[in-house]
Amino acid sequence: MNPAISPIVKLLVQRVALGLLLLWAASVLIFVGTQILPGDVAQSILGQSATPVTLANLREELGLNQPPLTRYLGWLAGVLHGDLGHALTNGQDIAQAMAKRLGNTLFLAAAAAVIAVPLAITLGVIAVRYRNRWPDKVISTVTLATVSVPEFLLGYILVYLLSVKFRLFPSLAAIYDGMSFGDKLYAVSLPALVLVLVVLGHMMRMTRAAILNVMQSAYVETAELKGLTPFTVIARHAFPNAISPVINVVMLNLAYLVVGVVVVEVVFVYPGMGQYLVDHVAKRDVPVVQACGLVFAAVYIGLNMLADVISILANPRLRHPK
Amino acid sequence: MSRMPLAAMIGLMFTAAYFLSAIFAGVIAPYGMAEVVGDSWEPWSATHLLGTDTIGRDLLSRMIWGGQTTIFVASAGTVLSFSLGATLGFVAAVRGGWVDQLLSRTIDLMMSIPALISALVILSVMPVTLPVLIVVMGVLDSSRVFRLSRAVAADIAVMDYVEAARLRGERQSWIIFREILPNALSPLVAEMGLRFIFMVLFISTLSFLGLGVQPPMADWGGIVKENKEGIVYGIPAALIPAVAIATLAISVNLVADWVLNRTSSLKGGRGG
Repeated sequence: MNPAISPIVKLLVQRVALGLLLLWAASVLIFVGTQILPGDVAQSILGQSATPVTLANLREELGLNQPPLTRYLGWLAGVLHGDLGHALTNGQDIAQAMAKRLGNTLFLAAAAAVIAVPLAITLGVIAVRYRNRWPDKVISTVTLATVSVPEFLLGYILVYLLSVKFRLFPSLAAIYDGMSFGDKLYAVSLPALVLVLVVLGHMMRMTRAAILNVMQSAYVETAELKGLTPFTVIARHAFPNAISPVINVVMLNLAYLVVGVVVVEVVFVYPGMGQYLVDHVAKRDVPVVQACGLVFAAVYIGLNMLADVISILANPRLRHPK
Repeated sequence: MSRMPLAAMIGLMFTAAYFLSAIFAGVIAPYGMAEVVGDSWEPWSATHLLGTDTIGRDLLSRMIWGGQTTIFVASAGTVLSFSLGATLGFVAAVRGGWVDQLLSRTIDLMMSIPALISALVILSVMPVTLPVLIVVMGVLDSSRVFRLSRAVAADIAVMDYVEAARLRGERQSWIIFREILPNALSPLVAEMGLRFIFMVLFISTLSFLGLGVQPPMADWGGIVKENKEGIVYGIPAALIPAVAIATLAISVNLVADWVLNRTSSLKGGRGG
């Protein structure tokens, strides 16, 4: 085996294994959270007025009479085969209902990420270049304001300003089959903008901190003393060395998008995973909630794992061990 | 206190004003919490300073009562998350070994699922009442406090005075509460401000989704939910909680920043 490759491969295998282990543990946690918590699931679904017979029937249907371990293994086996069970409220196949919504959610999150990531990094670089001068202060103040308002309120503020007062964008993000790509983009413009604002603040602040950290190194001082322009110093010397923390920041915030998307979808009545989850929590449809929770956890853990993997790959010290 | 910067002073004033209006809501609110006093969505006027809401309740009163609920739930959640997280974090740092491993890995697992998703999963099977909400939010958030307090306590646990206390045979609880806690307090207080803001945002989000504070009780997230239909007609009633939440969040932030700067300068660090 090539000695230059092996430590990196070992690290990567470790990270991926750790991610899978976490995902499995998360599935246990989600199952425990919905099935073994004090309180009777059947009772909370049917409410206080349920008759003993309907309660017994529902328990039978949910398999609540079997021991928890058997139920968990049955559920896990189903999930691994792509069978997420059926919704209690309308008996629909969950995997089928979820597939299209997951696509919609990923489309929205991707649209937000494509704008937010380059913008946040550019703003972070500008803030470092003019640190403690007015561009830095303006950027910091605006981003502090956007992270101090919850996502759903940010959504309504934008609806009020951009779609009611100025009539620029649609206030509801209706999306359906057969829409052209451009129409779809126009439909998700406002929710995507909200998500951009939500992650921009965190991402820009963390990028700024990561580059500032590198700016204190001796080689940056050398570059400054050579007489390079400040932007060249940042672009050629500071940024490449800050790339691993910056990638981490980007990934963490993409993972954060997964959470933001839940709320934003409800604001704009967007047919995605978040809306699906929230609707079924209110209806106490446990199988759907379990399935959605697992998918969200998987995406979140996956992105965090990807962050680790990329920062390992981006670290030249690991690629060329002494 | 004499060298308190202006920003922190303003932050403290606003924070105090919000807490006072929450405590004395019954005295200062012009109308009752669920009292219908006019037509729906009346504009701002002398009798209804912020107008009325979707079913004709005075919006200023709703905001004051709502602030009481929001601030109470967020404070209770913060206290719970701090007592739980800090105690476990200190225990993990002091005991080390398998206790530390067990606690730290459990917290890693808790943090591998986003807090909002966990909360939604749990609330799908639990009755949505204030105590349940406080416990769910407090326990989920204690993972972050755990990480911080464990890190802070691990630095302190190796100090000479802690070693001295150990050698003179003090009990574990003495070491945690009399040796470590007083020295770990400042970073924890600054963090407390941030956790409190997070709690305000969390409970507002849950209420907005219809899974937090239940009507007719008022709270800031719920006010947005109740009045959101008005926005399409250009009625900004649903946006008023945004002002309250944002000003509260920013002013608590300013105070927390000041506490953090002050304590780090005591240690001879930055912020002189």
